Amino acid sequence: MQSVRIIPCLDVDQGRVVKGVNFIDIRDAGDPVELAKIYDRSGADEIVFLDITASSDRRGTMIDVVENTAREVFIPLTVGGGVRSVEDARKLLRAGADKVSINTAAIERPELISEISAEFGAQCVVVAIDARRCDSSTKVANIQGNYLWEVFTHGGRESTGIDAIEWARKAGELGAGELLVTSMDRDGTAMGYDIELLQKIGQVVGIPLIASGGVGNINHLIEGAISGKADALLAATIFHFGIISIAEVKKALKENGVNVRPMQDDF
Amino acid sequence: MIGVFDYGIGNLASAYKALVKVGADAKLITASESLNGLQGLVLPGVGAFGSCVNAIREMGFDNLIVSAVEREIPFLGICIGMQVLFENSQEDPLVEGLGLFKGSIEKIQGDVKLPQMQWNELEFEKGQTSELLKGIEVEPWVYFVHSYAANPDIVRDKELKVVATCQYGSDVVAMVEKDKVYGVQFHPEKSGKVGLRLLSNFVELCGVSR
Repeated sequence: MQSVRIIPCLDVDQGRVVKGVNFIDIRDAGDPVELAKIYDRSGADEIVFLDITASSDRRGTMIDVVENTAREVFIPLTVGGGVRSVEDARKLLRAGADKVSINTAAIERPELISEISAEFGAQCVVVAIDARRCDSSTKVANIQGNYLWEVFTHGGRESTGIDAIEWARKAGELGAGELLVTSMDRDGTAMGYDIELLQKIGQVVGIPLIASGGVGNINHLIEGAISGKADALLAATIFHFGIISIAEVKKALKENGVNVRPMQDDF
Repeated sequence: MIGVFDYGIGNLASAYKALVKVGADAKLITASESLNGLQGLVLPGVGAFGSCVNAIREMGFDNLIVSAVEREIPFLGICIGMQVLFENSQEDPLVEGLGLFKGSIEKIQGDVKLPQMQWNELEFEKGQTSELLKGIEVEPWVYFVHSYAANPDIVRDKELKVVATCQYGSDVVAMVEKDKVYGVQFHPEKSGKVGLRLLSNFVELCGVSR
């Protein structure tokens, strides 16, 4: 049967978790390994590390983080941020990542998707799409006038003029195993996922979709799974600050008829 | 000592790390070597059937695997590491598998997304037991990543025991075994506590000291 995964996402800067994590009983709230262990115990189905380290010469620290996490955490681990080549992907996968997420580099050179996919298999290539709804000021609206969402890169700062739906379709064709779809409009707003964006992308690709950006309460997660038909639900703040526990999310999803992996204690 | 085949594809070290986590004396096998001192072998695998089989042959691991099986050294194939034990796969029809198990691997059928990249519930086969499932009484959820699978109704025979399946589009083989050769379609090294228990059971049946 098909089930939905719950994925907490941790932003990591030079080996330290940022953007605030507020747990009780945590020894070091900045240690990604420690946090990954806690999420594993709390019922997370997968963990995403997003390396937001600005300078590329400090990126090596992420390899150590992944190495150390893989020694302690035995659920799937996706790592994104700064992956620009097959070699970058190889290092992360060898260190213990199960998937690498690529974003800006894939926009600049779409063949990178095919290259990583051919080398390690489509299952380990996640293409992250940061999409923003077009308005009259965005490039796409100006050029084409008929696209609804535009792709942004460099952490949502740079406009590309690329239609997000078309890019999703192309990424799938090039060999992505999964898409991580973030609504830049909703990210940080606690207003819920951009359901329409998920639906539109779901109509053009046959690979799993991870919904991201905007979760503020439990209904948003239910909406993402049911209306957005997402295969995985990613959130950061609500989990980090203990606003909702993963156990509560799973209980609510189950009550709404969505299949989820039960909490681990059940085995 | 448990040997984990390392043939350079993707994230193969995870299985090694999980074995170490459950207390096993384990090492990576990076070149064809003597089987002396090895009490168990693990063949992980990710990616495509063809490239895995080719890499296994290039490294000379195919002969090592065959002689290990002849010497009844317990053997565990994970994901593609299980699929390559069959004769062939629709994924790369021109590449011959190792043929330790009869039958072929087929594309997953049904109205489902591919790959199956998710946790799914095992369904134990009635009347079958497995050393690997010791202590796991309730049908557990485990992590799968694959687009191709063995069809239980086709591969099940007198020799090859189907121990567990899962539902994804149709019935999909999740665990098979034949004598001391075990195959799991899911990733025990990524299936949390229950996966570690399964690996620990494997280590135990290998008789490895911890």
